Amino acid sequence: MCACSCGKKDIYLPELATITDRKMMNDTEVYIRLTLDSGEELGHKPGQFVEVSVAGLGECPISISSSPTVKGFDLVIRNAGSVTNAIHQMQVGDKLGIRGPYGSGYDLDTLAGKDLVFICGGIGLVPQRSLINYALDKPEDFGKVTVLLGTKDFDQRFYQDEIAAWHANDAINVLETIDVEHEKWTGNVGVVTNLIPKIEDELTDAAILVCGPPIMYKFVLMALAEYETPLENIYVNLERRMKCGVGKCGHCQMNDEYVCQSGPVYNYSELGAVPEAI
Amino acid sequence: MSIKKLSKEDFKSFVSGLISSDDKVVGVKAKGNRFVFGDLESADELRLDYDVTLLPPKKYVLPQVETLMTYEVKGEYKTECNAEPTVLLGVHPYDMVAINQMDAIFSQDEYDSHYMARRENLTIVACDVVNASENVFAASMGSATVKDGFDVLLTDLGDSYLVDAATEKGEALVAKAAGAADATDEDIAKRKQVWQKNEEALAKHKLNCKTSDLPGLLDKSYNHPVWEEKAKVCYSCGSCTSTCPTCYCFDVQDDVAWNLETGKRYRAWDGCLLEKFANVAGDHNFRQRREDRFRHRIYRKGKYVPAKIGGQVACVGCGRCVGACTPGIANPVEIYNRLLEDTNL
Repeated sequence: MCACSCGKKDIYLPELATITDRKMMNDTEVYIRLTLDSGEELGHKPGQFVEVSVAGLGECPISISSSPTVKGFDLVIRNAGSVTNAIHQMQVGDKLGIRGPYGSGYDLDTLAGKDLVFICGGIGLVPQRSLINYALDKPEDFGKVTVLLGTKDFDQRFYQDEIAAWHANDAINVLETIDVEHEKWTGNVGVVTNLIPKIEDELTDAAILVCGPPIMYKFVLMALAEYETPLENIYVNLERRMKCGVGKCGHCQMNDEYVCQSGPVYNYSELGAVPEAI
Repeated sequence: MSIKKLSKEDFKSFVSGLISSDDKVVGVKAKGNRFVFGDLESADELRLDYDVTLLPPKKYVLPQVETLMTYEVKGEYKTECNAEPTVLLGVHPYDMVAINQMDAIFSQDEYDSHYMARRENLTIVACDVVNASENVFAASMGSATVKDGFDVLLTDLGDSYLVDAATEKGEALVAKAAGAADATDEDIAKRKQVWQKNEEALAKHKLNCKTSDLPGLLDKSYNHPVWEEKAKVCYSCGSCTSTCPTCYCFDVQDDVAWNLETGKRYRAWDGCLLEKFANVAGDHNFRQRREDRFRHRIYRKGKYVPAKIGGQVACVGCGRCVGACTPGIANPVEIYNRLLEDTNL
């Protein structure tokens, strides 16, 4: 609440959450599971994000990696700056500040009943996992689930146990590739777009959900254009620096869209008027 | 609400009375040969004949640096809100329009209690412009005069002020003025003449279309050569955005105390012309090119922000950016007119 007795909620004030599980995923990514100290659930939709606070260092926007069908919520955080570095030092029992969930997330009504194809580059898997696991928990709501996953090199792969479980699960088809060969890797080698021809039959009717580094979108979209995937079937999950999370500060704006409000997931057919998007 | 007339002598006594009251009193005063909004220590300091202030009065609703919360590093976050009742004297119509626009922005969608607490603690005494500044073009933007937002509107009638109390807060303030008499029809007619004169005087740069044409004009101008032509001499210094009364983008930062146990989170003015404004982790910059940042500002003024506030153009024609820009490329009217030369609306 606002301190001046106006009785209004302070939209910038984080609430505390406790780390209940933690695991290093690789050299640069840490997985943490959090529960809000209030005892409430976060109440997010797949594809939304939170602002994570470390007192003394600041806030950063982080995608929620877990499905709302499970208790608590998961974040996977790359060590990329002072806030995320501090989170990497934290252990189970430590506390973080949380605001959110923010953003519009995936449009579950439009996706209902459709086959889902996830195209993920590196940590692009993190936000997509919130919907992948949601779809696996609610098989009656969606058609087939397919995941194409490209990772730069073998040592950067993460969620490995879970991906192994997906491989063993008939409800989901997972194709993986790594950019460069590795002695322990017997699977596909090359960029994620190389996997697209392998699911050619899926590319006309399924919803194609894309998330990865900025450069990946251009190549994935070019590949999908070759298969004449209708633009309205493509969803992109875009990265911006949402500083306030509530449509005020201006940092995440691309043309007239505030990613923190209308994104970060967009239907690609709606981005024709948003040249700054990709 | 009532319209009074107050002699300049009585007005000065009125301001002296306000200064000696408990409320903070801020007004326009001279700084060298320029003007600024600042705390008033005496009524003699107040300069309602000013042309334009260096910074707009937005700093009283959105301070350059504003603490949002304090915390113990291992503990809870606590809201900080220290809005104090303040009388703001001498806001020109264009700056009043700008504050009205920010009120809409900060109260819509997610209600910003920090901004709104400051706003609600302000009593705004606006005043019609007496001396036009060198670069003012408020008349081109429809903000040479203002209809609402203020609590009191003053108009200089020579040896007296017309004092228009528009709200209950304004009435209560004017009630403190000894010597106020009801304004006559003749006085009110004189104000109309001032308004008519200002529609001419506050148009140092003339926009060659209606402001309502700007979103449509910009729809057709995204790849126009003017962005690169102008931006190639842009310093990316942010002077245009920091002097702008309608720019409200901010950064959020933490500041930890020397003992590393307590700290605060604050917001500070930021600007989309600054090089790192659209940076994300990994040093990827979504608006790396100067022309992209330059264009973004002009689109915010003419298209993006208007879409959020009922179509009002988000440039009020104060002309501050024109004077603040060292390479002389910031004037929105010059850019819009240049686009009009090449575009059929």
